[in-house]
Amino acid sequence: MTTIRIPTPLRPYAGGESTVAVSGGTVGAAVDDLTQKHPDLRQHLFDGDKLRSFVNIYLNQEDVRYLNGADTEVAENDTLMIIPSIAGGLN
Amino acid sequence: MLSAVYHQSLRSDLSAPSPSNLESQVGNTPLLQLQRTAAAFGVPEQVSLHAKAEWFNPSGSIKDRAALNIIQMAEQNGQLAPGMTLLDSTSGNMGIAYAMLGAARGYKVKLTLPQNVSPERIAILQAYGAQLIFTDPLEGSDGAIVEARRLAAEDSSMFYANQYNNSANWQAHYTTTGIEIWKQTEGQVTHFVAGLGTSGTFTGTTRRLREFNPAIRCISMQPDGPFNGLEGLKHMQSALKPGIYDDELADENRTVRTEDAYMMARLLAQNEGLFVGVSAAAAVFSAIEVASQLKKGVVVTVLPDNGFKYLSERFWKE
Repeated sequence: MTTIRIPTPLRPYAGGESTVAVSGGTVGAAVDDLTQKHPDLRQHLFDGDKLRSFVNIYLNQEDVRYLNGADTEVAENDTLMIIPSIAGGLN
Repeated sequence: MLSAVYHQSLRSDLSAPSPSNLESQVGNTPLLQLQRTAAAFGVPEQVSLHAKAEWFNPSGSIKDRAALNIIQMAEQNGQLAPGMTLLDSTSGNMGIAYAMLGAARGYKVKLTLPQNVSPERIAILQAYGAQLIFTDPLEGSDGAIVEARRLAAEDSSMFYANQYNNSANWQAHYTTTGIEIWKQTEGQVTHFVAGLGTSGTFTGTTRRLREFNPAIRCISMQPDGPFNGLEGLKHMQSALKPGIYDDELADENRTVRTEDAYMMARLLAQNEGLFVGVSAAAAVFSAIEVASQLKKGVVVTVLPDNGFKYLSERFWKE
């Protein structure tokens, strides 16, 4: 299972969990699995089908927008992080 | 050698921090009229919309007002003395204000900040020589607050400025921003709209304006949810509540969605020539909503900073 780390402000919508184990071979599939497990998260992360522009997803410290976006492959022991862009990204 | 002499001469100055010319430039910012934007959103002609351009402060944001007053008050009551270190948590602007004033007055500045603050901010803070301690980006600005508290408890030789709980923060706006708005509108202001971060701007300005005229409606604005991209603003319901925040003060509370602030930031840059930060754009969005509901009035809001520190954000290109 891939692990997704949840930022504090979103934990109330993820059953209070700080990490959620998800399945799926890509970032897109992993996030879909997350929002299926915790449907309340969806409105905070997506605008329609599109990830809201201040929402950044990191795969092992790399912004997936600079990898292969939603199609970026994830392995079993990878960790994804959802981070709001306060301004810019993780340094 | 020369450098050693230079550093020594700087050290000897530490015993006598004197107000620099830089500090005399804090406050007294222009009040701009945003009539073109107001008209574009259907605000009636009898309603005027104005905004304090706070990037005219020396470090580029409204935070110079609070930082200067916090430092001056701490010096007066003996909490801060030459050679000491000022500690606080920040998501950016307050840290930049402390770092500038600290450098000018000879204090070391130590800041806790979330690891996901923008590269622009980190570069500015480092240029001023501030010491930075990064906290977990998943914890946001509250994580930085918790870490600052921990460091303060661990080492009492530092001055913990504690912007969220220090009344010198809101008092800075009581003694400056509120008076400026009253004078610049010649006492005509009818509505005041400001975003809530520490709540210092809203609290201090509102308390002063109500003394001038209790009929002025004061409206606070915050993000529409706990997870947002509105830098510097707090969703009070879900965040660590600042000690200086008075939730009974506002006549009305409004919320802004991040995407609406982004839209307004682009529009202000392109239609008004105003390149402002995200919280400023959110404030204008909210002020326009307020102004649109009026038949006549003078609406004033605050633009905390300009857009330079947000250039790495994607939304400018959307």
